[in-house]
Amino acid sequence: MAVELTINGQRQSLDVDPQMPLLWAIRDIAGLTGTKFGCGKALCGACTVHVDGEPVRACSYPVSAAAGRKITTIEGLSADGSHPVQVAWRELNVPQCGYCQSGQIMSAAALLARNPKPSDGDIDTAMSGNLCRCGTYTRIRQAIHRAAGGDA
Amino acid sequence: MNGVRRLSRRTFLRQTGYAGGGLVFAIAAAPVFSPAWAAGEGANKSFSPSVYVNVREDGVVEIVCHRSEMGQGIRTSLPQIIADELDADWDRIELRQALGDAKYGDQNTDGSTSIRQQFDLLRGAGASAREMLVAAAAAQWKVPADECVTRNHAVHHEASGRSLGYGDLVPYTADIAVPENPVFKSKSAYRYIGKSLDTIDGFAMSTGTANYGIDASLPDMLYASIERCPTHGGTVKRVDAEAARAVRGVVDVIELPGPTSPPLFNPLGGVAVLATNTWSAQQGRAALKIEWDLGSNAAYDSEKFREDLLATVQKDGKIVRERGNVAAARDAAARTHAADYYAPHLAQAPMEPPAALARVGEDGCDVWSCTQNPQATQSTVAAVLGLEPAAVRAHVTLLGGGFGRKSKPDFGAEAAWLAQKTGKPVKVTWTREDDLRHGYFHSVSAQRLEATLDADGHVTSWLQRTAFPSIGSTFDTSVTGPSPSELSLGFTDIPYAVENLRLESSDAPAHVRIGWLRSVCNVYHAFAISSFADELAALTGTDALVFLRRMIGPPRQVRPSDDGAEYGNYGQSLEMHPIDTGRIVAVLDKVADMAGWGRRLPAGRGLGIAVHRSFLATVGTVAEVSRDPAGKLRVHELWTAIDAGQVINPDRVTAQMEGAGIFGMSLALHGEITAKHGAIEQGNFDTYPLVRMSDAPAAINVHIMDVDAPPGGVGEPGVPPVAPAIANAWFAATGQRLREMPFRKAGIV
Repeated sequence: MAVELTINGQRQSLDVDPQMPLLWAIRDIAGLTGTKFGCGKALCGACTVHVDGEPVRACSYPVSAAAGRKITTIEGLSADGSHPVQVAWRELNVPQCGYCQSGQIMSAAALLARNPKPSDGDIDTAMSGNLCRCGTYTRIRQAIHRAAGGDA
Repeated sequence: MNGVRRLSRRTFLRQTGYAGGGLVFAIAAAPVFSPAWAAGEGANKSFSPSVYVNVREDGVVEIVCHRSEMGQGIRTSLPQIIADELDADWDRIELRQALGDAKYGDQNTDGSTSIRQQFDLLRGAGASAREMLVAAAAAQWKVPADECVTRNHAVHHEASGRSLGYGDLVPYTADIAVPENPVFKSKSAYRYIGKSLDTIDGFAMSTGTANYGIDASLPDMLYASIERCPTHGGTVKRVDAEAARAVRGVVDVIELPGPTSPPLFNPLGGVAVLATNTWSAQQGRAALKIEWDLGSNAAYDSEKFREDLLATVQKDGKIVRERGNVAAARDAAARTHAADYYAPHLAQAPMEPPAALARVGEDGCDVWSCTQNPQATQSTVAAVLGLEPAAVRAHVTLLGGGFGRKSKPDFGAEAAWLAQKTGKPVKVTWTREDDLRHGYFHSVSAQRLEATLDADGHVTSWLQRTAFPSIGSTFDTSVTGPSPSELSLGFTDIPYAVENLRLESSDAPAHVRIGWLRSVCNVYHAFAISSFADELAALTGTDALVFLRRMIGPPRQVRPSDDGAEYGNYGQSLEMHPIDTGRIVAVLDKVADMAGWGRRLPAGRGLGIAVHRSFLATVGTVAEVSRDPAGKLRVHELWTAIDAGQVINPDRVTAQMEGAGIFGMSLALHGEITAKHGAIEQGNFDTYPLVRMSDAPAAINVHIMDVDAPPGGVGEPGVPPVAPAIANAWFAATGQRLREMPFRKAGIV
């Protein structure tokens, strides 16, 4: 059975098991590898994508649930890396190994879309589902404030 | 030429670490500097003054990064060094990632070695290329080479006003000899070294276009997921794969050979399910019915082992280092104090689990993997496939974290073996459960500390005994206890000026694969030493900073061999990298100053301090913590000062210290791998929690000491002082001493 998806504005028909997590449909079938696997149980946030603008953990979200909805991955956040969150990430040299950063950026972009001026507390709440083993948390906080037009 | 050092070849080899050695810091043969004319891509000719540099006719200077990028920023700092000595324009360099190949020298990105052992090698690569380009220009202009200078990607002859760009010089480089003793720049002339250049991979990492081991792909590849025996050393007895084969997308089910004894870097064996996508492979794997022969480690119970280890350290061990007479000091003591410390197994848990893609054909094998150690990937894959190492091309992707896990290339060998078996490209992706249950674990450890004090509260003796299963057990089944190289990690080199000192080690068997984890044995040694010192400070009513200064003593160079110890100093000489107590105290004083040490804090809030030298750098950390109304520990802020000698990219050093703060918090507060009936009990981030954003301190403040000294390590030294600083702060806040990691076992997390 094919599942009809719109990924980064492109309509796609994927011939997959409807129970396949969206993560593996995006990575292995659609070939977009910017979205990462970290835990498979929605515990680390490395796989965060937007479904109709809402952040979801793609590793624990069946592809069938995304049928007919708009999926945005890190590759589709901006055409040229110019989303304010991406720019702030580079200006503050947030990434170390970089692996979790697709998920961090997608969570941060979703936060700013609904809360343009988040407090530290808002950031902690929105970002605590995203693990970073390199420990870039303090720079992530600063970068989100910067993307929001703050001083950091 | 003020400040310019000329290096003889012998000095060059020594200073780049090739004369060092030892189990943990084994060094490969020196690379060869040999000039070569090479036909570059397309019609472009190019000039390769060494294996690290290739100058193209179009003016682009290609720099080869032979070390693995895992977040430490080496793909930025390595070209900074070469480009600086080469006087290359940063905007006209291109970075190439090297294959695993002995011609590059040591590529094992472990032990915080890339800069500290290879600074002179990399400077030499840039400086020799620069001198050869100068020689080519001078020959072309028929002027003495010393009338020529280099500036911004070109050679200039000021007297005649002529200049030639590096690309323009390529045709004239054929007969230019490699300089015997390339001259290095003086520090004041550095243009890139010591500057916070943006990370080279920043754009890719912020746009999802950076490629990691897990992202490698080839047409028609199969995706593999492997079920391994729950116990270390166990084997497959029987497999029923019928249900697995029925899963949609599953192509094949194959039993792997293994494990080997000793484990080495070899695959663990088990049963692989191969499918057309990762999900199908995982689903098929879940449907396998396997009967295991659990082997002799099925009796391993880490809780029981903990008791055994703590009992072991109550008894005399082997003397590692001794001066004075601890027994006599005990007889004369006004007061004695003793404590036991314990730290459990840990898993590195890089966010990208181990993953590799391999293809095998007539031309040998290509393997793409997130390896810290590409030459070990090459040799292990070659051995597993029965190929010559030269027939294996070990490609290095970006690493989604390493922390020591990816120094072991077992996962690359799994992919290669399956690719050979199936005749198709195969990608192996470990799950998080695989990573936490089947890794090479940081060793569990127990320590006993005993001190005596005189009537004035001065410490007259220090006895410390450490016991832990050795990393050596992974490579040699006859190894039963700590090696001198492991004891050299923060134990043998204790810098305290106490008159009577005795350090002992005791054996402990290994029941899981033991491996490196960021800062290795320094984790538990620093925890015990810096915590016990704080205990003694409190016992005598002395301010911890004052007490530590007194323990470290007057400025001097500590030589553990003076007390009969075998000490490795991280593979480098004590002349070049002394244990300099003056520098250690300077770091201590700096971090205390940064944190406002001694300021008054409300009840239930405290500061803790620790300083520790490892990997030829010294890091001091102060933690401010509080106990919340629910009795839980909260880390509010961290301060860190590091003396790593000459640093290359201060922003990346700062980032490493920030990251070490979080990594150190994770292992201090949460980290614990346990085993029951030989099987690891943790499986994912719910049972092996890491510090999250909501737990992160409000700020991690970093200061880099301005010290004119050769570079020390950076990736690891930030970790060891974090746990004791937090434990000491908790004591200051609450009066409760934490002697066991992780602290959540005390019910405070």
